[in-house]
Amino acid sequence: MLSRHFGGVRAVDGLDLEVREGQIFGLIGPNGSGKSTTVNVITGLLPPTAGAIVFRGRDIGALPTHLRLREGIARTFQNIRLFGQLSVWQNLWVAQNSAEDRARQGFLPRWLGGQGRVREDIGRLLEFSGLAHKQDELAANLAFGEQRRLELARALAARPKLLLLDEPAAGMNSEEIGQLRERILKLRSGGVTILLVEHVMELVMGVTDRIAVLNFGQKIAEGTPAAIRADPAVRKAYLGGEAA
Amino acid sequence: MDFYFGLAQLIGVHTLLGLSAYIVLLTGQVSLAQAGFFAVGAYVAGMLTVLAGWHIVPALGVSAMSGAAVACAVGFPALRVKGLMLVIATLAFGEGVRLFFFNFDYQIAKGEIQVGPLGGEGFRQIRFFPENGWETWEVMYFIWAIVIAAMALLWWFDRSRYGTVLRAVGEDELAAQSVGINLTAVKVSAMTVGGAIAGVGGGLYAHYTTHIEHLSFNILLATFAIAYPIVGGLRSVFGTLLAVIFVQGFLVEGLRFLGDWRNLLFGALIVLAMNLRPEGILGGRRRA
Repeated sequence: MLSRHFGGVRAVDGLDLEVREGQIFGLIGPNGSGKSTTVNVITGLLPPTAGAIVFRGRDIGALPTHLRLREGIARTFQNIRLFGQLSVWQNLWVAQNSAEDRARQGFLPRWLGGQGRVREDIGRLLEFSGLAHKQDELAANLAFGEQRRLELARALAARPKLLLLDEPAAGMNSEEIGQLRERILKLRSGGVTILLVEHVMELVMGVTDRIAVLNFGQKIAEGTPAAIRADPAVRKAYLGGEAA
Repeated sequence: MDFYFGLAQLIGVHTLLGLSAYIVLLTGQVSLAQAGFFAVGAYVAGMLTVLAGWHIVPALGVSAMSGAAVACAVGFPALRVKGLMLVIATLAFGEGVRLFFFNFDYQIAKGEIQVGPLGGEGFRQIRFFPENGWETWEVMYFIWAIVIAAMALLWWFDRSRYGTVLRAVGEDELAAQSVGINLTAVKVSAMTVGGAIAGVGGGLYAHYTTHIEHLSFNILLATFAIAYPIVGGLRSVFGTLLAVIFVQGFLVEGLRFLGDWRNLLFGALIVLAMNLRPEGILGGRRRA
């Protein structure tokens, strides 16, 4: 039962979520219903007011953000937060902090070595996100869609087991949404569990295995996409005419 | 000629001071503590050569380690706060160091005279260079060899993952944390490296002036330290070097003929420079 209050505002109020390994789990709800707060609490940017966060059988509620990443939890941001004055390549380079990467290289080569030793890994990420031709461009100079792709690639540089996507399709056109959907499905077949926070129903309904609906910080429904679409409480609070 | 050698020595030492602030500024932290680390290095190196009779090279090694140790110890509590609070905290630290040396006496007899730090009187007779027959130009080369080594070290950092991570932290701490970067470790490490560089700079300063006192390490010096990388820009270590040459060579020395008006113009030119080049002389952006 996870809660996060800001003063008197109960942004997340007694939320129970269980995301099963290998699933794509959708988290939807109106603006201000607590979706982003949930993501921030799971990644440790905000401490929970009450409740526990259990990841692969371990309570990680007390771990700082960077250690949760090493456990395998990575995220993207709703408002893109790239390192704008670093190149595309460097954005991915600094994000290689997974336990595996740390174990594979010695301390000094990892920190003081040049770019050569990780070229292959980063090349794969660039390939996956279709940014190979832009690798030396400053992140700030990328087009909006490219920045979104780079953020996803940067999260993947951490070799996540659980990937939290906070509105990855916001501002995308339908072609880009289609590509994003392909990427998300490809990730799942690669064994990554995904928590998808999204308003774009076309994407959520198309890729998720299960969906939870938040309203005022509480879960008002959970189930398969079809069940959610048919749920009268959800239609009233959120979907309205949009999904009808 | 000696005037120019002296100026070159000063520029070299101030470059070290500026570089110590440069690496901390890469992580987005404005530190006014660098003059404090510089003071620690100056007193430690001076005491080792004068009181313990050490050679300058190991003495500088110990001043680097002292500067690093103090910076590391200060970094943990200080880097928990950000922005203006960090400026105040590091300023308070720097003043604390200055007041420590204002009150610090440790003198021993050496032949006929007493040597060592003597509170407000300062620490006189740091005469390793003249006693060992080093010419001014030799001292200058020695200082510049160290400056070049420090610049090479930071230049290498800038090309490594470490330097890139420092810049990532400087750009967006929240995002840096979220990609698994340990903010405390990164910031404290930058502070520690900066402390070591400032410590060496202080040790060299003590020996080429032969006389140090608490007033040499006041807030003006702390302001210079952080002004160099800000004026020079964070594009590369050469920005800091250019800023030191601009400030010490041109503004302080080159405008000396203006007499008392110099100080007024000095301030105005810094403001002008920052308006013309808000990202520093060399700019803030690295190779794209």
